[in-house]
Amino acid sequence: MKLCLWICLLVAVPAQALQLTDDRGVNVSFAQTPQRIVSLLPSLTESVCELGQCARLVAVDRYSNFPDSVRSLPQVGGGLDPNIEAIVALRPDVVLLATASRASARLEALGIKVVALEPKTYKDVQRVLAKLGQLLQVADAARIWRNIDAAVSAAAQSLPAKVKNTRVYFEVNSAPYAAGSTSFIGETMARLGVQNIVPPALGPFPKLNPEFVVRANPDLIMVGDRNALGLEQRPGWAAIRAVREKRICVFTTAQSDTLVRPGPRMAEAARTMAACLQDKAP
Amino acid sequence: MTARRAGLLATGLLLLALALLAVGASIGSTGFEGLLAARHDAVALQILLDIRLPRTLGAWLAGALLGLAGAVAQGLFRNPLADPYLLGSASGASLAMALALVLLGVSPFATAWLVRVGLTGAAFAGAIGGVLLTLLLANSVQHTLRLLLAGVIVGVVLGAAKDLVTLGAPDILSAMQGFNLGSTSFVGWTACALMAGVWLLCVAVAWALGHVLDGLSLGEATAQSLGLPLPRMRAILILVLALATGTAVAQTGMIAFVGLAAPHLARSLVKTTHSRLILLSSLAGGVLLMAADILARWLLAPQELPVGVLTAVLGGSYLLWRMHKRGGGLL
Repeated sequence: MKLCLWICLLVAVPAQALQLTDDRGVNVSFAQTPQRIVSLLPSLTESVCELGQCARLVAVDRYSNFPDSVRSLPQVGGGLDPNIEAIVALRPDVVLLATASRASARLEALGIKVVALEPKTYKDVQRVLAKLGQLLQVADAARIWRNIDAAVSAAAQSLPAKVKNTRVYFEVNSAPYAAGSTSFIGETMARLGVQNIVPPALGPFPKLNPEFVVRANPDLIMVGDRNALGLEQRPGWAAIRAVREKRICVFTTAQSDTLVRPGPRMAEAARTMAACLQDKAP
Repeated sequence: MTARRAGLLATGLLLLALALLAVGASIGSTGFEGLLAARHDAVALQILLDIRLPRTLGAWLAGALLGLAGAVAQGLFRNPLADPYLLGSASGASLAMALALVLLGVSPFATAWLVRVGLTGAAFAGAIGGVLLTLLLANSVQHTLRLLLAGVIVGVVLGAAKDLVTLGAPDILSAMQGFNLGSTSFVGWTACALMAGVWLLCVAVAWALGHVLDGLSLGEATAQSLGLPLPRMRAILILVLALATGTAVAQTGMIAFVGLAAPHLARSLVKTTHSRLILLSSLAGGVLLMAADILARWLLAPQELPVGVLTAVLGGSYLLWRMHKRGGGLL
């Protein structure tokens, strides 16, 4: 009897085609490749589509807006406040979400497979693409990553030598939070060869004393259009070289989306930044 | 006796503010930095004059406005839990801010208009709008309880409207968070001048009307029997409350707790009439926010802590300590 059970198990294991450890360290197993996918994070949505599996998405979160085809999909709330009922009703084979989402436990209790992934850096994007490639049985995930990576390098090479070493301040929001060297945005800046005025010791997104920016006197400022209003009128900021010489790149909301999302559009983000540097750098 | 004590306390608070101004002027993004060193360095001098001084002074002024508004609110509603944001000004300001940020991306016309008014102007209009809505809902300024309830309702409804707006345009979330936590980072000389003007006006009016609040503290009926022209005085005091709060919120965002704690701080140190209490509460609020601002940029320099977090830690721990020492309460 016992022996029979063991044999059954041994036979059953190969049928479980897929085993995957997600970013929470949880082992998730799938009997077959998931066909119905719900994604609750814009960068994961973009990654799934980059792997050519957009058609498998049955719903996304309300912040996913790229590529255009996902806009017509049903929206099941946000990553942190998803509509559990709507997700369950769609009978997905897997739900992709961020590790911070409280929804994982509830969805798992309801018998839905959850894979939590947290892309934060370039390395993470590579890892997430590989994981998703494994999950969706896409063979050339590694090649897709290499293409993205090569496109970032190409954007860097397109810049003239004089642009290198421009000292840049990237403002994430007007509190002011800056993009530090260790953030995803900081990594893109480093790849382009420019200097970030925020040292790595301050972490990925430090809330700065505005005085620090005035003292650091950046050559160029990058900021999203929502936070650009009144930047030049901030006390003392008129003396900053970038403000004095009007070297401020204001990104549209769509551009900001690509810049701040650690996902497959990082090459496009690098090109956006490179275009700004070409245009405004001293 | 209390007059002398109050006078002493006021002098003490002013001296403390002056001392803090000197400290604040020496705390920069690199930590402590002597004032005299700035004489020879053009950049340091410019940072000192254009950024640090107005910002430190602005923190005092915003704190003073909130402290004043808090004392007026607590006197007017005869409720120790009243704070300046009670009449819908805070939620009005943050709704206006959210709308302004959304409009900013939408049409060039709206952007051009906003550039002229500025986000500060929008927040101020929102704060005053919130109060007006409360007054409209309460029908008059005469029923304190009705007014209080209307304020709470307007706060909840406008807050929910703001949440709806941010849900629709998630990219304004991070900018809104900055506003909701409050910040003294970008206070310049213009903002200082504006706040100083409003503060002087409000202090003068509140000082003159303090006796109305004294009368009110004995109960509505007694106040009426004293022959106080309650309806008109109440309206003026609400105007003072709205103006002081709106100005502070527009310049520095929603700084928590100063308006609630400052009157209690003043009251725990001296028992006095409302005119003096309002002034003392205002001075205490100024010192509290100024101290919080200095710590906010000193502790993690060159990073900053949200100043609202520190006002709660500073003011809250002091009040807890007083409560513990007395064994009773603060009232």
